Amino acid sequence: MNLLNELFEGAKVSWAAIRANKMRSVLTTLGVVIGIVTVTLMGTAIQGLDKAFLKSISAIGSDVLYIQKRSWFSDEPWWETRNRRNITIEQAEFVAKEATCAEALSIQASTFRTVKHGNRSATMVQIIGGTEQSAAVSSLPIKAGRFMSADEVHGARPVCVIGSDIAEKFFPNEPALGKRIKVENASYQVIGVTDKMGEFLGVLNLDHRIMIPISRLLTDLIRREDVTIEVKVKNMADIDEAVEELRFIMRRARGLAPGDKDDFAINRQDNFIKTFERVSATIASVGLFITGLALFVGGIGIMNIMFVSVAERTREIGIRKAVGAKKRAIMIQFLIESAVICLIGGVIALALAYPLTLLLRNWLPASMSLSIAFLALLVSAFTGMVSGFFPAYRAAGMDPVEALRWE
Amino acid sequence: MIVFDKIFKLYQMGSETIYALRDIDLHIERGEYVAIMGPSGSGKSTLMNLLGCLDTPTSGTLRLNGVNVGDLDDNELAEIRNHEIGFVFQTFNLLPRSNAFHNVELPLIYAGINTDERERIALEAIEQVGLLDRMYHKPNELSGGQRQRVAIARALVNKPSIILADEPTGNLDSRTGSEIMSLFDLLWERGNTIIVVTHEEEIARHSNRIIRLRDGRIAADEVINGATKSATPVAPDIQRK
Repeated sequence: MNLLNELFEGAKVSWAAIRANKMRSVLTTLGVVIGIVTVTLMGTAIQGLDKAFLKSISAIGSDVLYIQKRSWFSDEPWWETRNRRNITIEQAEFVAKEATCAEALSIQASTFRTVKHGNRSATMVQIIGGTEQSAAVSSLPIKAGRFMSADEVHGARPVCVIGSDIAEKFFPNEPALGKRIKVENASYQVIGVTDKMGEFLGVLNLDHRIMIPISRLLTDLIRREDVTIEVKVKNMADIDEAVEELRFIMRRARGLAPGDKDDFAINRQDNFIKTFERVSATIASVGLFITGLALFVGGIGIMNIMFVSVAERTREIGIRKAVGAKKRAIMIQFLIESAVICLIGGVIALALAYPLTLLLRNWLPASMSLSIAFLALLVSAFTGMVSGFFPAYRAAGMDPVEALRWE
Repeated sequence: MIVFDKIFKLYQMGSETIYALRDIDLHIERGEYVAIMGPSGSGKSTLMNLLGCLDTPTSGTLRLNGVNVGDLDDNELAEIRNHEIGFVFQTFNLLPRSNAFHNVELPLIYAGINTDERERIALEAIEQVGLLDRMYHKPNELSGGQRQRVAIARALVNKPSIILADEPTGNLDSRTGSEIMSLFDLLWERGNTIIVVTHEEEIARHSNRIIRLRDGRIAADEVINGATKSATPVAPDIQRK
């Protein structure tokens, strides 16, 4: 009951004090506002960055293993991996035959070329050679038509499935299916169009590409036979066993002796995520540290003004002590005052940060989550308590006789 | 009720030790109306601070209702002030941003009394000083006399053992001053114990006992008006709780 009374009285007095010194309160709050705005925006941006990355990385698929010559994020020195043998179709087919962990397995290679249709052309189009299972492995969304069949892959038929950007560019007003597009000297019939997929890590446009049978790619466009084996595992829970199985099969396929090191790598989305998480954590800690400094400066401002507030209300403190306020009551009064100033700052900051977040959306899928808003308010109240502590402590410890004599 | 036993109060001013009070022995009983007089520097203020439990003696024992005040820490002293002492100051010492009502209920807040009860008790105290019609005014909207009435209501509100007034008429004109003193007389007649610190003989004459201080010692302790006022002793029905 006592504590409740004191809290209530503290809140009432703080509010009156803040209102009585409007200009000063506004200026003091400004420091906290700036601090909280920057911290909130940084938090939102980091969340947005994470979200953007995860959305983008989903193109790789968490349950897909990529058997390649080199590791994506390797600690191995380049001179050790430089002379590795290519992964051939023959090896890939051996893996396809032996692997039991695969729900789907495709053999792929790609290159970038200019693609033409009539007098229209698109440069730097990614030409992917794949098999009939590529759609399943990469979870390709087919919007119109169908994907390549096994017969077309084995027969190296000149057919293609095109990305949505290519379809829009070449066939804006007509159905793309059945039309022919040209890559260098060969022409391919469009049998399917994929739905919009977006970008991969902001560098590779997944809609600006075409897929053809790998057999065709290797005869028409690239001589060097070096493929990627993509394995979609049956059971995500057993992905580590799958890696081991594939490693074992690959060693056999490449004829490695028991003592030899692997001369290939099994890559997965996890590698990307782990690497990204390291980068993201660094960005987050540096960013939050710098923006935290802004908040810290705001906190110092609060502390400063609270010392002034305590000093100019010395007599009030004396009166309160004379009529029976204990140290705790005085302490609470000033702590609440600084917490309220900071909380008001926090609310204003959120009101400012929200539209800024919407602006941020032009670059990142940023949205101010409820947890960030709540955290911001918590941090601002905490800042207030911490900065108010020493001034409140000084107030609570005043000698009532001295305080009453103060002019 | 209040017992001073060989009280000394010393201050250290640089290398010099100042004896603000020397060897004070004093008894004040419930229901007394005491004036404390003396020139400035005589130890009046120091004595008042001790009486009000704002300060503790350097040596000697000071008992209030049997409690040795010297043994108490700051929070316990605050509690004693809250329950036992009502202060009235020369400069009123009201909270400038709060209205009269809030000023009066302040001690009750620190006593932990709930809102409804607080309102009832505070209104009672405000009624006693005749300010019900002005209770929602802030101090700067009240005259000096009205402010002092608010202060007196605040001093009364916790039904203290002692009402301690430090030069209560010092900032008032003589007519208002005598009104305030009549109010003290009335409160005393209703059974309150009143101690007034003053340097005006005329104010001191309202009391029935004058204690004169000089150089930190009691120079004189005389009972006055003995025939009239103390002849009508009042039942101490003012005990709290």
